[in-house]
Amino acid sequence: MPKDFLQGARDHYDCVVIGSGLAGLTAANTLARSGQSVLLLEQHYKLGGMATWFKRPGGHIFDISLHGFPFGMVKSCRRYWTREIADSIVQLKNIRFDNPMFSLTTTFNRDDFTRLLVEQFAIPAATVRAFFDTARGMNFFDDQSTTVGQLFERFFPGRQDVIRLLMEPITYANGSTLEDPAISYGIVFSNFMSKGVFTFEGGTDRLIKLMHAELLRSGVDVRIKCDVEKILVREGRVTGVRVNGREISARSVVSNSNVKTTIFHLVGKEHFDRTFCQDAEAVRLNNSSCQVYMALKPGEELDEGLGDLLFSSTAPLFRTDLLLSRNVTSRTFSFYYPRTRPGSNRSLIVSSTNARYQDWADLSAEEYEASKQDLVETTLDALAKYVPDIRAKLDHAEASTPLTFRHYTKHMEGASFGTKFEGLAVSRAIPQQIGGLYHAGSVGIIMSGWLGAMNYGVIVANDVDSWLMKTGSPQTSPTATVL
Amino acid sequence: MTPAEIKEVILDILEDIAPDEDLSGLKEDVPLREQLELDSMDFLDIVMELRKRYRVQIPEDDYVELSTMQSTVKYLAPLMKDLQKA
Ligand SMILES: Cc1cc2nc3c(=O)[nH]c(=O)nc-3n(C[C@H](O)[C@H](O)[C@H](O)COP(=O)(O)OP(=O)(O)OC[C@H]3O[C@@H](n4cnc5c(N)ncnc54)[C@H](O)[C@@H]3O)c2cc1C
Repeated sequence: MPKDFLQGARDHYDCVVIGSGLAGLTAANTLARSGQSVLLLEQHYKLGGMATWFKRPGGHIFDISLHGFPFGMVKSCRRYWTREIADSIVQLKNIRFDNPMFSLTTTFNRDDFTRLLVEQFAIPAATVRAFFDTARGMNFFDDQSTTVGQLFERFFPGRQDVIRLLMEPITYANGSTLEDPAISYGIVFSNFMSKGVFTFEGGTDRLIKLMHAELLRSGVDVRIKCDVEKILVREGRVTGVRVNGREISARSVVSNSNVKTTIFHLVGKEHFDRTFCQDAEAVRLNNSSCQVYMALKPGEELDEGLGDLLFSSTAPLFRTDLLLSRNVTSRTFSFYYPRTRPGSNRSLIVSSTNARYQDWADLSAEEYEASKQDLVETTLDALAKYVPDIRAKLDHAEASTPLTFRHYTKHMEGASFGTKFEGLAVSRAIPQQIGGLYHAGSVGIIMSGWLGAMNYGVIVANDVDSWLMKTGSPQTSPTATVL
Repeated sequence: MTPAEIKEVILDILEDIAPDEDLSGLKEDVPLREQLELDSMDFLDIVMELRKRYRVQIPEDDYVELSTMQSTVKYLAPLMKDLQKA
């Protein structure tokens, strides 16, 4: 008989959380801390979703989405997780750009961007200040018709180089383009580019291990290899889930699965009204990614002068559509020195590019393998500009594509960063359609990335907790449910 | 709870949320946001703590009432008057 991954699970919970991405994990932990009984179901054999890693023979550990996150993670980890997690967050101080327009190194904070824009790009200090203040002052309720492109044109007319400096990292961080609403840029930009770029010491594996331990301490029932087939709904209210062939009832469900998958596959459109379905249908998914993972031989070192993150490009101009092309001219390199995992003697490099699912989905098996190999080779060629003897130092290299991301996270089209802006309103409107059903996970650009996903998990947990209290049976004390 | 006790509750919560801030000189009628480094997640935390500790529900539309200490206490007074301070 196959192993029963639900062995010992109860028949009823206050809340079932589907998916253990950072939003799902954080929602589950927050709800359990508020005294709710929580079941967390993850289809993969690992927790973390996109916040993940993999191991290769020879002791190499590759991080997938640990290139950098904003300072705000410190506060969110301290508050919604533990002091130990928060205290492991360290700054990446050398962020580099190298493209035909400029080459520079920055600490990636407001002061340093101001210095660069004034000294190297000859922009008046007052303009820089006005731009930063405008970006920071933007909030969700502002006008949504102004685009990122228009915002730049207002402050830096005709300055392609300035746009590249201010936009390229954000495009990599969340796939946004010059056509997206300026407010999404403003919110992400002021989070990201005000206090520098940070990473997690010990790697993603350590973070997720610490989170797992904390979930158990909070009382969450954590289950892997539990693929939720259906969210159960009766008379406009959620009643539970069907998972691994078993029905489990719940007063609320939080889906951390892709928002469109949640609506159209896990629930089914017959449970939503027509206008809502049209809005949900119209939500555009964000792009996917390709990555190349390269490990140096044990003990081989990288010169720290390479920096931590390098935005490199050979494209003469910055165009967000070019960044998606399979004919890659722009890559972000993350250099991982042994200090990433203190005690290790490994140096690794991960190259990331944005990519379109369609470009990879229709290849034959041979074409697909050949394209992956080509991606590895061209990446090594590009890297040789910075690490001339890379091929001699190399121990292992392989590539991932949009299909890889789809396989592991079940995101439609392997979407790396959830949805475009309109996805947030649809995600927020789900509970008005079906009582007790919520979505938490990368949507709307601003709620994506490690910090965005985590904070969105908390925002949704607050809604769920409030719903549970409003609809709650007063006698369910924590002890009563244990018996 | 009396208004004075409610104020103490809020200060307790703020102390947890902003451990590095000095709360002794907080002005009653000036927005908290102008005196402390608080963002929208911090206000959400205040709401969550009040629900956790006292089962007080604050609907999203009412979050604006939490602007100053004075307005917060005034808003919470009728909701918390029958509760005992923990
Ligand atoms: C290549 C790449 C690089 C990135 N780099 C960075 C970076 O440097 N910094 C940063 O901040 N962000 C980065 N991101 C983005 C960041 O990783 C994501 O925004 C964030 O981790 C998403 O979290 P989430 O909670 O939305 O869900 P996800 O991580 O997408 O998790 C969803 C989970 O739900 C599970 N699931 C789905 N359906 C079911 C089902 N039916 N039953 C059970 N489980 C299910 C999936 O298996 C998955 O574990 C990167 C992303 C990618 C792809």
